[in-house]
Amino acid sequence: MKFLLAEPAASQPSRRDFLKCVVVAGAGLTLGVRLPQASAQDGAFLAEDDSFQPNAFVRIGSDNRVTLIMKHLEMGQGSHTGLATLLAEELDAAWEQVITEGAPADTNRYKNLHWNAQGTGGSSAIANSFEQMRTAGATAKAMLVAAAAKTWQVPASEIQVSQGVLSHTASKKSATFGEFAEAAAHQALPIPEELVLKDPKDFIYIGKQRLTRKDTGKTDGSAQFTQDVKLPGMLTAVVAHAPRFGGTVRSVDDSKARAVAGVVDVVQIPSGVAVLAKDFWTAKLGRDALVINWDDSAAFKHSSVDIMENFKALAKQPGAVARNDGDTASAMKNAATVVEGNYEFPYLAHAAMEPMNCVAWVKPDGCEIWNGEQMQTVDQANVAATLGLKPEQVKINMLYAGSSFGRRANPASDYLLEAVHIAKAKTNTPVKLVWTREDDMRAGYYRPAYFHQIRAGLDKNGQPIAWEQRIVGQSLAAGTPFESFMVKDGVDKTSVEGASTLPYKIPHLKVDLHSVKLPVPVLWWRSVGHTHTAFSTETFIDRLAHTAKQDPVAFRLNLLADHPRHHGVLSLVAEKAGWDKPLPKGWARGVAVHESFNSFAAQVAEVSVKDDGRFKVERVVCAIDCGLAINPDVIKAQMEGSVGFALAPVLMSAITFKQGLVAQSNFHDYQVLRIDQMPKVEVHIMPSDAKPTGVGEPGVPPLAPAVANALSAATGQWFDKLPLQLEGSV
Amino acid sequence: MSITLNVNGLDHTVDADPDTPLLWVLRDHIALTGTKFGCGIAQCGACTVHLDGQATRACVTPVHLAVGKQVTTIEGVQSSVAKAIQQAWEELSVPQCGYCQSGQIMSATALLDSNKNPSDADIDAAMSGNICRCATYVRIRAAIKHAAQQLS
Ligand code: FES
Ligand code: FES
Repeated sequence: MKFLLAEPAASQPSRRDFLKCVVVAGAGLTLGVRLPQASAQDGAFLAEDDSFQPNAFVRIGSDNRVTLIMKHLEMGQGSHTGLATLLAEELDAAWEQVITEGAPADTNRYKNLHWNAQGTGGSSAIANSFEQMRTAGATAKAMLVAAAAKTWQVPASEIQVSQGVLSHTASKKSATFGEFAEAAAHQALPIPEELVLKDPKDFIYIGKQRLTRKDTGKTDGSAQFTQDVKLPGMLTAVVAHAPRFGGTVRSVDDSKARAVAGVVDVVQIPSGVAVLAKDFWTAKLGRDALVINWDDSAAFKHSSVDIMENFKALAKQPGAVARNDGDTASAMKNAATVVEGNYEFPYLAHAAMEPMNCVAWVKPDGCEIWNGEQMQTVDQANVAATLGLKPEQVKINMLYAGSSFGRRANPASDYLLEAVHIAKAKTNTPVKLVWTREDDMRAGYYRPAYFHQIRAGLDKNGQPIAWEQRIVGQSLAAGTPFESFMVKDGVDKTSVEGASTLPYKIPHLKVDLHSVKLPVPVLWWRSVGHTHTAFSTETFIDRLAHTAKQDPVAFRLNLLADHPRHHGVLSLVAEKAGWDKPLPKGWARGVAVHESFNSFAAQVAEVSVKDDGRFKVERVVCAIDCGLAINPDVIKAQMEGSVGFALAPVLMSAITFKQGLVAQSNFHDYQVLRIDQMPKVEVHIMPSDAKPTGVGEPGVPPLAPAVANALSAATGQWFDKLPLQLEGSV
Repeated sequence: MSITLNVNGLDHTVDADPDTPLLWVLRDHIALTGTKFGCGIAQCGACTVHLDGQATRACVTPVHLAVGKQVTTIEGVQSSVAKAIQQAWEELSVPQCGYCQSGQIMSATALLDSNKNPSDADIDAAMSGNICRCATYVRIRAAIKHAAQQLS
């Protein structure tokens, strides 16, 4: 997912950022980088009385524990390892002494510096924290050094710090961080201008090694997810949702539900009817025993087929213009050859491994939430508004998320508010809302369905001279608080990104958009607009190369002369994949390159096709340019995971509607990738000293077109629909 | 109804309907939350436990079927095979979000218990009931082989 609540530039931290030191009673040192808007005249933050506020990134205990406070959600993308690497690097802590802890909701202190809000997404965790975390680590180290210098009566410049140990060679003194934690808390803040960050050649963690984590609890079952939260007197709620979007409860007979032994209560909430019990299974039995008469008179009753027909009809008319270079209409008339393609994309569910859930505890004067929290500022505001509270009365605990893929960052805070409505009805009792997989799959928020139409003209030498692309689908931003800055001149940037930013040198290029209003709830899905634009543009480029009788890699490289980073990853991947090398009979290769979230990814997929039309993706070679590689192993893991994640909708995942009902319900009919379908993956990271950018999403977009292009090379068939279907296969 | 279960070597007496899935007895009655809920219909493997050493989907196993058997969950796996699997998982940084990994580790342990040197095809066959939405499959394969090697 990707969004901006404000222009990012002004919020970049600088060395002059105000630093804050808080003495934590008896426990040592807590440090945080103050953000620019907490300006110098805001002297209040130096006061003793806010010393217990968890407003910082580093906490060092006298027990020698280094606790790093993570402002970003860990949902599998490696943000905690990444941020801890940055902090531990400048702090010179031993990796083994470091533990991570989720930050509370506190926009001022923990905002995403690329947004004007606290939240995680858009592959921005490393990019926005790079300087901030290193500065926080360096500041802590400087104060530990100052404390040691004072105690040992030696110049600070002679003190060495390594692996969590301070030492002074001449006097043979040494001590752990823990021993100096409390003394460090009484040191003056280092002068920001004098705080020197490491020269990259001195990095011990950044870019260096695989940092294994033993503290996550993810191999012994001790990691805490929202699903695992237990509070005294807590009730579990299971909700019956309307089967169609827009449906409402006409009447409910809850007598059978209340008769289920152990059911505590049944409450009606805006999104349906909730059954509460002490445990999940009882609540679910109660929910299943509800007899609800739904009012579907105003509900959504369309089918996927009609939706796509409607999109196609709309595509006959011009849309809102997202990009317009030159004059495509006249250029098209001069073309020697015109090629056309139409593409259809279904709705997709996020199907996060942990179905949505949320714990809410409403009290008369506040509310506490436990959640795999991805968008604190928005959720806090929405919860507060729902309860008539101030945002600061809403405390949010950010737990590990059992993946998200964008689902947990919802401007509507849907499942949080559902939990809050139930908890409000049970004020003073903590309530855990648990969705079943079926609830998760049918209660909405999908990657929207889209239709794309592309026409391109080639000159007599096979050079593309004109490209017209029309996109039809629902806007992610429309109707949300983000509309005002995400939609410009009728164009939702997230509907066209990747197409409107086509890097190929084509003099006449036009992209336009129809944003269709439908009551199907939609949301960003790992890599957002690029999920569909990379497929249409990168398979269509292959068609053009084929028409021009040119090699797909050479054809692209020729058009990317002005885009060195695209050019770089494409060249790298072709070389590493052995693009020109022969393959076994029945195998073929396909390539794609795509920029998203300021990272550049290229992939070569190798497929094998059997005579009966069945095929397998055998191997995927990835090249990624994400600037300076902070954690090479996390980058590799994200590329591997992206390949597997992106392959599912190529092969089989789709959400379809029949008269408004979602046809799929669980993993048997919304199929996702399993281990036997997983190709071998090889990852190559482009060496770079550019500013680091994200890797959670950029590995996703090129996969589908690379696979489709490989299949086209193998079969001679062009693919214009996902999931893709080979002729002759069942 | 009162039911006595042996979980991780300890007897637990719970008050639950005998048809309640074992998963929810473990999670909600015995507070062993390492075993996860992912689908409820034996499609994802997140709830995998061992029943007398056999990998079993706890979400579709009525608790009464576990009575008289040894139930082992992620919190209680102690064998050298399980330890080798957990260590390989850490060394190769397998987990991403981690939510599926209790189930993956329980399935992988059961695999190595019965097959000391599994091929890719054996791994695919034994592990294809365990979904990982983060698609950590490349590393799951590598870690199973790594653990097998460590044990040999
Ligand atoms: S929860 Fe049991 S297999 Fe999915
Ligand atoms: S690690 Fe996230 S689902 Fe497997």
